Amino acid sequence: MGGKQDSTKSESMATTKTAPDLLNSSIFSFKSLKLKTKQQELLIRVSILGLVYVLAFIARLFSVLRYESMIHEFDPYFNYRTTLFLTEKGFYEFWNWFDSESWYPLGRIIGGTLYPGLMVTAALIYWTLRFLRFFVHIREVCVLTAPFFASNTTLVAYFFGKEIWDTGAGLVAAVLIAICPGYISRSVAGSYDNEAVAIFALLLTFYLFVKAVNTGSLAWALGSAFGYFYMVSAWGGYVFIINLVPLYVLVLLITGRYSMRLYIAYNCMYILGMLLAMQIRFVGFQHVQSGEHMGAMGVFLLMQVFYFLDWVKYQLNDIKLFQTFLRITVTSAILVGGVALGVGTASGYISPWTGRFYSLLDPTYAKDHIPIIASVSEHQPTAWSSFMFDYHILLFLFPAGLYFCFKRLTDATIFIVMYGLTSLYFAGVMVRLILVATPAVCLISAIAVSATVKNLTSLLRTKQKVPQSGSTKGAGSSKASSKVTLDQSQPFQKNGAIALLLGVFYLLSRYAIHCTWVTSEAYSSPSIVLAARGAHGNRIIFDDYREAYYWLRQNTPTDAKIMSWWDYGYQITAMGNRTVIVDNNTWNNTHIATVGRAMSSYEDEAYDIMRSLDVNYVLVVFGGVTGYSSDDINKFLWMVRIGGGVFPVIKEPDYLVNGEFRVDKGASPKMLNCLMYKLCYYRFGELTTEYGKPTGYDRARGVEIGNKDIKLEHLEEAYTTSNWIVRIYRVKPPTNRL
Amino acid sequence: MARSTSKDAQDLFHSLRSAYLATPTNLKIIDLYVCFAVFTALIQVAYMALVGSFPFNSFLSGVLSCIGTAVLAVCLRIQVNKENKEFKDLAPERAFADFVLCNLVLHLVIINFLG
Repeated sequence: MGGKQDSTKSESMATTKTAPDLLNSSIFSFKSLKLKTKQQELLIRVSILGLVYVLAFIARLFSVLRYESMIHEFDPYFNYRTTLFLTEKGFYEFWNWFDSESWYPLGRIIGGTLYPGLMVTAALIYWTLRFLRFFVHIREVCVLTAPFFASNTTLVAYFFGKEIWDTGAGLVAAVLIAICPGYISRSVAGSYDNEAVAIFALLLTFYLFVKAVNTGSLAWALGSAFGYFYMVSAWGGYVFIINLVPLYVLVLLITGRYSMRLYIAYNCMYILGMLLAMQIRFVGFQHVQSGEHMGAMGVFLLMQVFYFLDWVKYQLNDIKLFQTFLRITVTSAILVGGVALGVGTASGYISPWTGRFYSLLDPTYAKDHIPIIASVSEHQPTAWSSFMFDYHILLFLFPAGLYFCFKRLTDATIFIVMYGLTSLYFAGVMVRLILVATPAVCLISAIAVSATVKNLTSLLRTKQKVPQSGSTKGAGSSKASSKVTLDQSQPFQKNGAIALLLGVFYLLSRYAIHCTWVTSEAYSSPSIVLAARGAHGNRIIFDDYREAYYWLRQNTPTDAKIMSWWDYGYQITAMGNRTVIVDNNTWNNTHIATVGRAMSSYEDEAYDIMRSLDVNYVLVVFGGVTGYSSDDINKFLWMVRIGGGVFPVIKEPDYLVNGEFRVDKGASPKMLNCLMYKLCYYRFGELTTEYGKPTGYDRARGVEIGNKDIKLEHLEEAYTTSNWIVRIYRVKPPTNRL
Repeated sequence: MARSTSKDAQDLFHSLRSAYLATPTNLKIIDLYVCFAVFTALIQVAYMALVGSFPFNSFLSGVLSCIGTAVLAVCLRIQVNKENKEFKDLAPERAFADFVLCNLVLHLVIINFLG
């Protein structure tokens, strides 16, 4: 350590320096600044937040550095296409857009069936940058929208933590949420999906609402209404807000915490939020007609009743009269409310809970009744390993934080406890909802960390007047119970505190290492480009998807119609620029079932279906050569189930042998001759895929295929990509009748 | 039993009336405004019951503007009422400014929604 060393600084404990001393006396000669403690604290906070902001952004850039700046997965391609349309044609065209290039021949009312928040946000950023003369391509803006909003979320988390507990908890919350894998998984650069913006909107709405409840100000309630509007415009998960907030109000009412501030906050947010939400075409009148939103209305009416009773009680100073009045009012209110709800539900005016949200309450519902919802891998119940993978140490810090929240119950801590518990329940039901639980888990864990560190460091600061520099990021093990004043009977308390602080520092550093590793290995792959290790350890890139889509774009007539499974619809329209039959929107189950039926029928029946749909090209994804396991053969049973759900002629047992799905010689004859099998394995019987194995060895299933000699009558092969991953076939026109 | 409840109801009514007459004038003005807004909403609902609810967005915007402004006026009343300890240090001008701002937003959205 070179530089100026002040002799005044060396007192006892020569090994440790204090923060003010470091600043005052050090190599950088801050002596002239002489910052007071409050300003030092502000400097530390601002610099930590600045570093966290940058960290949250750069932690999500792995795939941009490894591959290129492109959009990942399936859904983001639709969002990208709509954003492109918005920037090219303007808002009015976008809002009233009817798209005839998807769901042929039905078309899709895109303007009325999407959540515009994400697209409008990206377009605004794009226009702002252009105004500042940064002429970037809209794709770059789309790719980097998610990391940018993740950084903003860390700021909101800081303010939220400050509101619930104190600034220390806010800082820890910001750090935890910046790198938490549960959030990173859906907000990595290139993942241009609704959740990228929605989590920011969710946390912002909750923060503004809690602030409104704490201060009782109409302005903050108005802010939370706008936050709710942004959330509604961004994601269908807004239903969580419109049910959690009334539930929270109900809990406060039940626990006797009714107050004027609560009345002001909830009423203003509900009325203005509802009105603003109804401006989104996709949401429409659901706030007054759908069963999922009735809870909010019920609590609204309940609040009016509460306020009225409170006012009457205040006016009358006589208890007996008030109790009479109470009896009359409560019974009549319950009667009227019950009758209205009953009539509404029975007559069908109030629609019941829709399938997607009903399956959250009853997880077995989708499997039996709606196979399309059950087939999405993100909708499966969560395994314990996913929780550990996505949360790491936050899993056991969460109960510790709950303990601290219950020790200091305020309106704000009750809210975060409820948010944490409800969101964790839903995260257990559906893997995708781990994302919604992440902010709550981070905040509550931050409370645990911050409270324990505060206790431990104040333990270290007592007695001897030598302040230790406890970092705001240190933490204590969850079971630590520390006293603020030193207990004379325990001589090694200071050492114990130091040991615990070191232990917590170790835990948090392991968390950071784990998060970085998870982000790098698991969540940074653009599913559209695959990578593998070659025989010599070199990296091989499979860019087959884009190769196939560009082939479509350049080698087919512009009005060609492509039939494929619905997973690839968005990518085909966005990159191939061709009309598709079904895509990821999955709004029409019968149409998808028709395609499923075509894929699972014999070639002649499939040809009739394809002629009726005007199909020109068929696209299938095949992983047998590369060992890619998310191909159409592995998805085939879902096609059968969905098709069979609408057309009873397709029966799942026909394709199985003893309940087992096989593609080798022992497979069922229907399976060996259906369209999907033929299209995937055409000419595959001549190919040697692995040294020492017979020809036609399917590397993804690990078997030799059963039917090697495939002849196609009504289709011909148009294109197969270099690694055989995507195969495109042309539908031949009917032969001339003589 | 009925006589005692009717007598109770009469007592109730009288004590409510006398207590209400003691409230300050500015609060009574706000109360009058709230009653007017709710009354307008009821008239609109009765009209909808007569002629049907098409177009629904117009009906909703009309009713919600009345209910909304009534609710906001109640919030103003809470914040301005001198007997509410929680809002002791909130200036009534600030409360009124918030009220005007929220009403402005409300009516702008209503104008968009009216169709």
